[in-house]
Amino acid sequence: MARDGGVSCLRSSEMMSVGIGKMESPPLELDEVHVLAVDDSLVDRIVIERLLRITSCKVTAVDSGWRALEFLGLDNEKASAELDRLKVDLIITDYCMPGMTGYELLKKIKESSSFRQVPVVIMSSENVLTRIDRCLEEGAEDFLLKPVKLADVKRLRSYLTRDVKLSNANKRKLLEHSVPIQTSLPPPSSPDSSDSSRPLTNSPESSDSSPPLSPVEIFSSPLSSPIDDEDDDVLPSSPESSPTPEESPVRRQKMGSPGLLD
Amino acid sequence: MDALVAQLQMQYRNYTASLYQQGFLDDQFTELKKLQDDASPDFVAEVLSLFFEDCVKLIGNMARALDQTGTVDFSQVGASVHQLKGSSSSVGAKRVKGLCVTFKEYCEANNYEGCVRCLQQIDIEYKALKTKLQDMFNLEKQIVQAGGKVPQVDN
Repeated sequence: MARDGGVSCLRSSEMMSVGIGKMESPPLELDEVHVLAVDDSLVDRIVIERLLRITSCKVTAVDSGWRALEFLGLDNEKASAELDRLKVDLIITDYCMPGMTGYELLKKIKESSSFRQVPVVIMSSENVLTRIDRCLEEGAEDFLLKPVKLADVKRLRSYLTRDVKLSNANKRKLLEHSVPIQTSLPPPSSPDSSDSSRPLTNSPESSDSSPPLSPVEIFSSPLSSPIDDEDDDVLPSSPESSPTPEESPVRRQKMGSPGLLD
Repeated sequence: MDALVAQLQMQYRNYTASLYQQGFLDDQFTELKKLQDDASPDFVAEVLSLFFEDCVKLIGNMARALDQTGTVDFSQVGASVHQLKGSSSSVGAKRVKGLCVTFKEYCEANNYEGCVRCLQQIDIEYKALKTKLQDMFNLEKQIVQAGGKVPQVDN
């Protein structure tokens, strides 16, 4: 770790590796997506790492919640105000881990001022609704059922990219493939999807209204895209692990939170 | 050369298809193959190799946990079974995973004989899979050496 706690090392491309256990940090470009993957299983770590790399993410994979906190610089009490923010765009963690569970890690991340806005995705081999709910309530962005497939990661990637830079047109396109949309949603007052500058206040009152989000693209495109009826199921019984419908608005709000739109 | 390649490819297709049909492999194995490309041509073999190492380690743990003279800590056994279930699921080792599910139930029921039986079966099963996959990877190598491409075989 670098002298000041290991954060600045990732902003410099000359720091090729961080000596935290067996972890290596790739040199980062500022506009590349960097994912921190946490899983105690070596096999799963290798697979998730590959899944993420194939979708053009830079990956740092660690084997425990403690290592993750260590990596993020959250493992000690003194949080130096001078520490530059580590660039982590997504944290994806297994739920069942010895020592610190993914849920506990999620809580710690959401309690931290520097990383609470980083989306956290939980992975689990068990499709337990109460577990999923708990994680989503605690602020998890998404919940993936293991074994994780390429389609799952591509979906994550698409809503991540949306928050990084992007013109309105691209955001709209990506949105069609990301969050599951309710078929019961009333159509937006602006049926013309190019009319993206219409303020949100004109949209009908629906669970999707989320004023802090800037673009109306949230409303404008999805209804014209093919909607997967399976997503109406309350229980994510399919391996797609869609969150329960009630959670969708919460997730969307989180995805649009200011910090991610840097 | 082409006739040889064609023959090898057919052999490969049949063999791989049979692995799916007989339940050795499932969808997730197909998913792993999607992650392999020219830049990482041995990805699947590497992951499976790690998986088999995991098998050895975890089965060893289970055996030791079951070998107590006195009380067996079934939760300890169960912890290792849970891990093996996870990794077998991640690589598409269908039969191993299925056995882990049963094994887990026996652990939860504190059923010693059931656990011992499962342990034996899992040991046999992962070794059988290892052999089958070795044969499959060998066929792939032969195809490539004969100048051909390895055909895509999904279940």
